[in-house]
Amino acid sequence: MRRVLTPVLLVLLLASAVGLQAMRERGGELPAGHGEVLYVRSPEALRRMSLSYHSLLADVYWIRAVQVYGGTKLGRMPDRSYGLLYPLLDLTTSLDPYFDVAYQFGALFLAELPPGGPGRPDQAIALLQKGVRAQPDDWHLYQAIGFVHYWSYQDYAVAADWFKRASRLPGAPTWMEPLAAVTLAEGGNRTASRLMWQQILRTATDDWFRTEAERRLKQLDAMDQMDTLRRVVATFQARQGRPPADWAELVRAGYIRGTVADPAGVPYRLERGVVSLDPDSRLLPLPKEAEARP
Amino acid sequence: MSAPRTIATVAVSVFRESVRDKVLYNLVAFAVLLMAASYLLGQLTAGQDIKIIKDLGLAAIATFGLMIAVFIGIGLVWKEVERRSIYSLLTKPLSRAEFILGKYCGLGLTLVVNVVVMVVAWYAVLAYMATSVSPEVRASWAAPAADPAMLRAVGLILVELMLVTALALFFSTFSSPFLSAGLTLGLWVIGHFNADLKNFEAVVDSRAAAWLAQGLYYVLPNFSAFDIKQQVVYAQPVPAGYLASTALYGAVYIALLLVASVAVFSRRDFK
Repeated sequence: MRRVLTPVLLVLLLASAVGLQAMRERGGELPAGHGEVLYVRSPEALRRMSLSYHSLLADVYWIRAVQVYGGTKLGRMPDRSYGLLYPLLDLTTSLDPYFDVAYQFGALFLAELPPGGPGRPDQAIALLQKGVRAQPDDWHLYQAIGFVHYWSYQDYAVAADWFKRASRLPGAPTWMEPLAAVTLAEGGNRTASRLMWQQILRTATDDWFRTEAERRLKQLDAMDQMDTLRRVVATFQARQGRPPADWAELVRAGYIRGTVADPAGVPYRLERGVVSLDPDSRLLPLPKEAEARP
Repeated sequence: MSAPRTIATVAVSVFRESVRDKVLYNLVAFAVLLMAASYLLGQLTAGQDIKIIKDLGLAAIATFGLMIAVFIGIGLVWKEVERRSIYSLLTKPLSRAEFILGKYCGLGLTLVVNVVVMVVAWYAVLAYMATSVSPEVRASWAAPAADPAMLRAVGLILVELMLVTALALFFSTFSSPFLSAGLTLGLWVIGHFNADLKNFEAVVDSRAAAWLAQGLYYVLPNFSAFDIKQQVVYAQPVPAGYLASTALYGAVYIALLLVASVAVFSRRDFK
């Protein structure tokens, strides 16, 4: 009797626990607490506390940084705060000074304009310079600093200087020196930007970098396509004396063949004659420099 | 029976006992941890899953081994005394030194078997994960996912575990398991702060305190020296001289602790 009773009791209790959990879930959750908290902010203290587990702890902080960035970026909260991003990346790279991806992706995350990122190129450069102090011969870090100056500050002279410095380091690709020259001569030009991302795509050592380079190239393609569409809309307006109501009107008038979508597959918006990306397009926000100087 | 054969007999019985005590179950936990991590990390780490599995594997090998070394090591002698089986053992043609060395070698054998199986599982997971990465990305790595050079770190972890075992055995010859565990783990933690002891004069004004810290730096086991995990994960060079001198340092310290254990145990009166 007892042999049968015990398993039955166990199954009953487990079923009750599952049922109660489902019931609790339907009843709603308690209000959220204070959100993400970073209890230890001192890299030195954390390094000591981690004993011989620096690298593993660095991995944990890296995962947290990725989650904070991705969670905030994709979240629907109107007040998007990336306040923990830099401290998390600082801790990651203090625990593991050779964590290249944390420097390079971290800088990309930090420099990304709001709402897609915190828009802190100063922190991106501080993080990368910390990497340069740890690995003075790593040309990727110099190149990344040049990129931040190029895209975030539009300071092409400084960007070209960093590319030049990268080109002198061991293992730097042969295109780095011409890139410095092109940046100095034609910085801000969309063609120069395209050249830069094509080189990154060609030499990417990581699938994420590859994806990012592809996204950036799609952004440039989208900007070219929008320029063409603006010219079409301007022609329509000049002939009709009013802007087109929508894409369908342009199709009917024979200006375009059908609804036009951006390289990410989301249709462009046309409102009162203004062509723009759809707010749901993952190509937003577009880079500032190339948009300003087509 | 010759001394080496007697030691081997005791060692094999310790190994069998650890198998009976289901110590090897930790290998299942290790395998599950690695497989679950390799599946989940791809979604969370922005392409750093191979690096993280390398870090996780090395850390898990060191941690599982540490737990075995401490919690079995502290009971090696104490159990025999507590069960009173020590009385019948000492009536056999077995010296106290052979008993201690046999116990040590037995736990050492358990650790080696554990580490070898964990390393095989870890390399298998890494090799499998590498197949999911594009050939272009793989070609850009400084070292392959299942890089044999990482075995250098595993080797030093093993020496470190043997040193921890010797410490635990030493404490178990004269103190209770609870105290032995506290002392062993305490020394293991302090052994990772050796660099701070060496540079203590930079933070205190007292010369006496600085000298004391310097003395402790040289006397206490330097466990941080055995940690080259970060270097091997990044395929950085670790000079053969460093590996040899660190292994030799560990061997000498182990010998010191075993001699001390035999000396303490030989003086114990079980009447």
